[in-house]
Amino acid sequence: MRTVGKVERSLVEEISRKKGEPEWMRQLRLQSLELFEKMRDPVWIKGIDEVDLDKLVLYEDVEVRADKWEELPDEIRRFYEELNLPEMEKKFLAGLSTSFDSEIVYSRAKEMLEERGVIMLPMEEAVRRYPEMVRKYFGRVFPPATHKYAALHYALWSGGVFVYVPKNVKIEFPVEAFFLISSEMFAQFEHSLIVVDEGASIHFIEGCSSPQFRKFSFHDGVVEAYVHKNAHLKFTTVQNWSRDIINFNNKRAIVEENGSVEWVEGAFGSKASFVYPSVTLQKNARARVTNFSISHQGEWKESGSKVFHLGEGSRSTVISKTISTGDGVSVYRGLLRINKGAKHAFSAISCDSLLMDEESKTFTYPHNQIEEETARVSYEATTSFLTEEQMFYMNSRGLDEDAAKAMIALGFLSDVVAELPPEYSAVFRKVLEYDFRGSVG
Amino acid sequence: MLRVEDLHAWIEGKEIVKGVDLEVNKREIVVVTGPNGSGKSTLARTIMGDPKVEVKEGSIIFKGEDITDLPPEERFERGIFLTFQVPPEFEGVKIGEFLMKVKGREDLETLKELKEIFRRVGLKEEFLFRELHRGLSGGERKRLELAQALFLGKDMIILDEIDSGVDIESVEMMISILKDLKKRAGILYITHNPLTLKLLEDERIIRMKEGRVVENGR
Repeated sequence: MRTVGKVERSLVEEISRKKGEPEWMRQLRLQSLELFEKMRDPVWIKGIDEVDLDKLVLYEDVEVRADKWEELPDEIRRFYEELNLPEMEKKFLAGLSTSFDSEIVYSRAKEMLEERGVIMLPMEEAVRRYPEMVRKYFGRVFPPATHKYAALHYALWSGGVFVYVPKNVKIEFPVEAFFLISSEMFAQFEHSLIVVDEGASIHFIEGCSSPQFRKFSFHDGVVEAYVHKNAHLKFTTVQNWSRDIINFNNKRAIVEENGSVEWVEGAFGSKASFVYPSVTLQKNARARVTNFSISHQGEWKESGSKVFHLGEGSRSTVISKTISTGDGVSVYRGLLRINKGAKHAFSAISCDSLLMDEESKTFTYPHNQIEEETARVSYEATTSFLTEEQMFYMNSRGLDEDAAKAMIALGFLSDVVAELPPEYSAVFRKVLEYDFRGSVG
Repeated sequence: MLRVEDLHAWIEGKEIVKGVDLEVNKREIVVVTGPNGSGKSTLARTIMGDPKVEVKEGSIIFKGEDITDLPPEERFERGIFLTFQVPPEFEGVKIGEFLMKVKGREDLETLKELKEIFRRVGLKEEFLFRELHRGLSGGERKRLELAQALFLGKDMIILDEIDSGVDIESVEMMISILKDLKKRAGILYITHNPLTLKLLEDERIIRMKEGRVVENGR
């Protein structure tokens, strides 16, 4: 089943029927569709006007499901082999799910996860097998009414991963979900939900990739995370979409008392990207949000964070590092809200941007709403420029302009790249060097 | 090896180097001195290919090839190296990693060689993990530039006031290293440090004033 265009009730019902969903999920989809139809386009988003939903493939049923690589059809397996995923899974992942356009095609949790009661399943399967558990959280952390494209997501969602980590279970190795868009004029709406129960911890890695297309494709995913008391979640995204993807990535976590969450978001690819990991903090909960991105010629990348301090003693650190090159534009858009009663809440925000050329641009839109007198907040922003003298120095050491820019970009991002798992930071370095050599003006 | 012929170099519409002729051969140190603003540093940077400098007349010949219009990275490839008077800073670029990349060799033997050079110029091993020129004192920067001159093994080394703002022991150390370097390379040494001039009094000294060579000899 391949569906092009027209976001309408019949399509939503067909997706729900195809997935064999319970009634509450069907209703959630239909209510979200109504919201989508009523809500206005967000005016602050640039580039989204190019998305003509009527011309996109909104759903494609890939009738493949495997838990061994060799069971995948050659043409699908090749994509993953080129990305070295089977090798990485073997070496350091506790579980891996891979999505191909609308559906998960490969999913395998190592025995160690199962023995410890961790559930890691394609989202659809979790809806069918654990309906009550999923229902408790699904759409509650990042509600469909958040904005028009969140509503669209809930009407059309397909693919994604559900992870549940039981009480006091600490998983040392990361699990990964990998999302691939394989064709142009495609819209991907995967939904992932991670629930970390009391005292538990896990590291979830989200990878995104796509081959180069002639036309664009659209990504409108949602990640919801619920971190219970004393639990910890690290969520790392390595986004390397090709230069023709419009990326809308909606992420939010609720963190209960003494819990903590780390969002690490590295955005290298896509033509336009809008990612603001957000988090709601209860008493003594902690959050660390790290964003880094590179905007090449013709690209627009927005990143930032939304942090809501509800509980006393809650703490947040937000770090944003962006590089713009060519006429690329980087934007930091952040919201910090400290509610009355969140006594002694603390937040430190820093935004550093580097401009590589006279044409490149950066904008910063911090928005702080502090209602608690005992809260402490610090905000720092810096913009630096690649100077002629720096370029001459690098050139005089034998590095041409592209190699020099790659070296300077890697240096500028080195502290935040260190937050990636080593395997990914090595890939990141290669991608960055390749990008500067291949595409920038 | 390096020949500069009737060089006229301009920066922002102003002629800074006004018809300089110069020759530096292998196993030779040529000292260029003169007051501030006499065009010494511009001469050095023009030879390295600073894009801010416009060569309106004259030519730069290196190993028989006219390199006047080559970009700096190609001059480096052909064997020219310049130490910067005030090197710029690079956030997060680790010195050791940078130098190994520039050298094009990232093996243990090369690392060992680099450590030995650091020891020789008086830089602690931990500097390998520091950021390139960031947070370094003036003296440390000079030592790091000198270390690069030793490490990168180029045939023509141009040192732009590497001895300014450093103590007497450091100047003596630098000159002793230069005399070693002289055994395999040609050196163009820009300075107005009286101690250096004294220590190099046996070498050929060129005196510049207002963009011109006014004296050339021992």
